[in-house]
Amino acid sequence: MTSLYETVSPPPGDDVPTNRINLTVNGQLRTMDVEPRLLLVHLLRQGLTLTGTHTGCDTSNCGACTVLFDGRPAKSCTMLAVQADGHSVQTVEGMATSSELDPIQEGFKEEHGLQCGYCTPGMMLAAKALLERNPNPTEDDVRWALSGNLCRCTGYQNIVKAVLWAADKMRAQQN
Amino acid sequence: MYPSRFAYDAPKSLAEAIAILDRNGGEAKVLAGGQSLVPMLKLRFAAPERIVDINALPGLDYHRLDPDGTLRIGALCRHEDLEYSTILPGAFPTLAEAAALIADPIIRTRGTFVGSVCHADPQGDWAATMIALGGRIVAMGPKGRREIEMRDFVLGPFTNALAYNEIAVEAVIPAARGTARGGYLKLERRVGDFATASVAVALDMSGDTVTRAGAAMAGVGGRTIDANEAMSVLVGKTLTEESIAAAAKAVAAAADPRTDHRGDLEYKRHIVSTFVTRILTKIASTEQKAA
Repeated sequence: MTSLYETVSPPPGDDVPTNRINLTVNGQLRTMDVEPRLLLVHLLRQGLTLTGTHTGCDTSNCGACTVLFDGRPAKSCTMLAVQADGHSVQTVEGMATSSELDPIQEGFKEEHGLQCGYCTPGMMLAAKALLERNPNPTEDDVRWALSGNLCRCTGYQNIVKAVLWAADKMRAQQN
Repeated sequence: MYPSRFAYDAPKSLAEAIAILDRNGGEAKVLAGGQSLVPMLKLRFAAPERIVDINALPGLDYHRLDPDGTLRIGALCRHEDLEYSTILPGAFPTLAEAAALIADPIIRTRGTFVGSVCHADPQGDWAATMIALGGRIVAMGPKGRREIEMRDFVLGPFTNALAYNEIAVEAVIPAARGTARGGYLKLERRVGDFATASVAVALDMSGDTVTRAGAAMAGVGGRTIDANEAMSVLVGKTLTEESIAAAAKAVAAAADPRTDHRGDLEYKRHIVSTFVTRILTKIASTEQKAA
């Protein structure tokens, strides 16, 4: 339903006031004119065609839209795009380099941490925020940190394993 | 879901923010963490003409203790700041335990303590802790500063005592006289759901004697339930099996639960009684170890 609305929704007319914002997305400075009511997730998906950030429940429950806002995880469906003025946003597209996956992405691949993949970007960014704060998490720490992200395919077993795999790899890289 | 159209300001000073609210005569709404407001805008339960984003206001992201131990929480102090706080666990155990149970970890990075209290949701966790601890809210408006006791702050569901041109800038929570003891327990069907029932307990203890006893509940009535009077059966007593049972019974009687999809009335009342017992029993065993 959301995607249908997105495609048929006309761009705002000239009489609709917009605000100019400057934000950093995946390390790149962007300047955009946005209607204040535009949600951050829609700025990312439609405005910047960074469709790795998913709109899931659209009610702050599922965490599929999780991005890193100034390094901390935030639900981008529950923030206004104008709030990002002067701030930095990281999406799943900013995780891998052209030649190398982020260890968290590698972990999800190695441990089969996904089925349909819808929740995966949000899971990985929430995991990234966890590992930055706590490089040596227990299984409980991982489950706790991901408790705001829902997966409806399967259990969370392989997702938790993937994050622990990444934590091991990242610690090994540090040493 | 898109919010209705609104104009947006991100003032850089408190005076400017108050002036914008004042000029807009009740048609402007303050945005802090936005974790309740933005969903309400999207569902169009709220459709203000103007949003005043206070996130750029300097110096409001603190929580700190005064020399006398009074806790002050600024309007931009996020739930997760309190969850990872090093000063709360000893001095304000009720708040320390509640912090980790607010919504979910991602919401906690954005949502604010003061914003949550202002939202005045009958299911709100922080409002319950504020009532049990006897806190107050500091409001700033065109006429200056005033303090509002928490019990006078919430007028009804989603309605607080702020005037349209006032901003809640701080929550103030008095220090315990003697030793601070307390806890917060919440039953939720899943992380982030509204509480089926939750209980905040805050005690001041002198030795093993209770000198002040506070309690409040969320999820078991159409408002945050003030159970301070019920809890006062503990004042002057030590924590024994009998006194704990009497407190649990009194607090459960003060609950006003409704049967709904989260459980029936008797079930919810039973949870309240169980939670009071658990919190107090844990405190009693801590006291024994300390003695």
